[in-house]
Amino acid sequence: MAATDIARQAGEGCRTVPLAGHVGFDSLPDQLVNQSISQGFCFNILCVGETGLGKSTLMDTLFNTKFEGEPATHTQPGVQLQSNTYDLQESNVGLKLTIVSTVGFGDQINKEDSYKPIVEFIDAQFEAYLQEELKIRRLLHNYHDSRIHACLYFIAPTGHSLKSLDLVTMKKLDSKVNIIPIIAKSDAISKSELTKFKIKITSELVSNGVQIYQFPTDDELVAEINGTMNAHLPFAVIGSTEELKIGNKMVKARQYPWGTVQVENEAHCDFVKLREMLIRVNMEDLREQTHSRHYELYRRCKLEEMGFKDTDPDSKPFSLQETYEAKRNEFLGELQKKEEEMRQMFVQRVKEKEAELKEAEKELHEKFDRLKKLHQDEKKKLEDKKKSLDDEVSAFKQRKTAAELLQSQGSQAGGSQTLKRDKEKKN
Amino acid sequence: MDPLRQSPSPSSSRASSPRTLPCEMLGYVGIEAVLDQLKIKAMKMGFEFNIMVVGQSGLGKSTMVNTLFKSKMWKSTMPGLGVPTPQTLQLQSVTHVIEESGVKLKLTVTDTPGFGDQINNDKCWDPILGYINEQYEQYLQEEILITRQRHIPDTRVHCCVYFVPPTGHCLRPLDIEFLQRLCRTVNVVPVIARADSLTIEEREAFRHRIQENLKTHGIEVYPQKCFDEDINDKILNSKIRERIPFAVVGADREHIVNGRCVLGRKTKWGIIEVENMAHCEFPLLRDLLIRSHLQDLKDITHNVHYENYRIFRLNESHVLPRGPGWVNLAPAPASVPAPAGPQATPGPPKVGWWAKDNSDEEC
Repeated sequence: MAATDIARQAGEGCRTVPLAGHVGFDSLPDQLVNQSISQGFCFNILCVGETGLGKSTLMDTLFNTKFEGEPATHTQPGVQLQSNTYDLQESNVGLKLTIVSTVGFGDQINKEDSYKPIVEFIDAQFEAYLQEELKIRRLLHNYHDSRIHACLYFIAPTGHSLKSLDLVTMKKLDSKVNIIPIIAKSDAISKSELTKFKIKITSELVSNGVQIYQFPTDDELVAEINGTMNAHLPFAVIGSTEELKIGNKMVKARQYPWGTVQVENEAHCDFVKLREMLIRVNMEDLREQTHSRHYELYRRCKLEEMGFKDTDPDSKPFSLQETYEAKRNEFLGELQKKEEEMRQMFVQRVKEKEAELKEAEKELHEKFDRLKKLHQDEKKKLEDKKKSLDDEVSAFKQRKTAAELLQSQGSQAGGSQTLKRDKEKKN
Repeated sequence: MDPLRQSPSPSSSRASSPRTLPCEMLGYVGIEAVLDQLKIKAMKMGFEFNIMVVGQSGLGKSTMVNTLFKSKMWKSTMPGLGVPTPQTLQLQSVTHVIEESGVKLKLTVTDTPGFGDQINNDKCWDPILGYINEQYEQYLQEEILITRQRHIPDTRVHCCVYFVPPTGHCLRPLDIEFLQRLCRTVNVVPVIARADSLTIEEREAFRHRIQENLKTHGIEVYPQKCFDEDINDKILNSKIRERIPFAVVGADREHIVNGRCVLGRKTKWGIIEVENMAHCEFPLLRDLLIRSHLQDLKDITHNVHYENYRIFRLNESHVLPRGPGWVNLAPAPASVPAPAGPQATPGPPKVGWWAKDNSDEEC
């Protein structure tokens, strides 16, 4: 900028200036909130777990509603992800909730590739967002964010330790999504077993280097509650949509012959803690971690893989441009080569076909000639025959007329001759 | 129920939202707690706001900024006889952090002394446009880094307050030229400066004439009509649009009037109270800029003006990949019709027009 001198004062460490009165920008958070409300929120949960662990029921219980769906069978040939989006409204807040569930996880005999569809799905959501971000004309603020914000990993309540499938899957997912492990159907485990189980799970996760989502403890308002909750991970939850009358209230519970398990009773299970952490306290943080950590990591890897680097700030735009230009030229060159190849092949094919056709034509001609000759021969023969027949006919006619003449002469003379003969005979 | 949905292929254009089913919740879940979470996060991070004041010297720009934010942002300069007027337009920026009720605001004010002061004011808007675009450029460069920061520092100008001298007639050619160019790049709020030199009737007539001028020349000042999203916004913004440009008076001295301490200018014939709606429209300006539309100003800057700049830059220099496997969008700007909707860019012709005008701009 040749014509301007921009003088910036107090760059780093801007001084704080005291205000002499009420300016009014303390309404800023409210302005921000209003704008967010009009935009709406979206939240995407991925439930990973074996069939029959109560994933759908837990979602129903968490959001106090009945999402559609039928229980999955155990006979799926591979792991597939089923995604449903719902519009929830509470007072003036609209939430677009997407629940993605794994169907057929852990049902196959060979589970080596079970984690792959999940990882691919998560990557596909990142990819879609990255593409939208890199578009020239983009609509980011209107974009329906489909990246997975939280992954609830359902652990089967064996009471012993994590299965190897769980470990492998969690290890693959921990750098891509916020994992919150939960112990499903935890009414199958007694209290003492539960504590041992939790300790075993946490130690296994730590020893295998799996990074699960830690609730943030840097903000004083929520640090305390998050800190205590972190110690309770993994949460032991129970899901139930049936309501039973306990005392004089209707509560969600499961009834057994030996007692009733109440879902919202903190002494019975950790469901309330999960709901607090997931929805009421940390929803925004989950979304932010997804965007600023997992998505950025994906983006960095993807762009580096494509060959873009930022070296030093000076040459950065140029290296991007050069790399891009080089790639573009490469691609164009390839395209051209392919085109050439195809053209050559086409020309060759045409030639071949032409040659074939010529051959066929020649053959046809030959055949035609032969046939013609055949006909001519036949015709000639016929003519000869005809001629000879004619000759015979004419000869015959001649003889016939000669004979007739003779006969007529003979009959005259013969008459006299016969008379004569008769006379001679008589005599 | 959606069938097993496959992940969207990269080559398909992404729908803005999938088929959603509205669901009734049978009890309290606690989703609205996310609003509090948002607030906490925002308060922790703090807010940023960048404002630029443009106008000839002596119109009271620095005083106005001090009055708006009730603090000594600038020393209101009264150039002495020995100080020469600057030969070229120089932009000066000051950044302060102000806090109120726990809300931290990092405020950057950019002043433009020397604007319109020369004898030949041709192209005096170039340095200003250059500065604004430079901020966009900085943000763009940060955004396309491979390893980028968590929170990109936002130095883009969110609002430009243009001071119209109180001639009482109509907009001068310099004003019209400047406003035309700037309203496409940044949110412009024109104000009538030093409005205490006009009577109320003169003010109204002046305002009408200015509004006519703006309409004749197709200048869309903030709040722009095309970005009104719903009926409430329309009503609110229409009320504001009727009063644009605001007739303001700035003052940073306090006087006692009827036992109250007010900011005002003391003259021999009375005290002009800055915060009194009957005297001047300063409260309207303050409410617009700070109390109600600050976030909106930032949003429009980010979603519209910055995006326009980005489209123009990327089309021009192919900085981002557009090869195979990527969605190939954005044909040449001249041939694309402007998309409709509140987030509509003001239209490729305008971007192209800007490009033509700044073809000698170094990128």
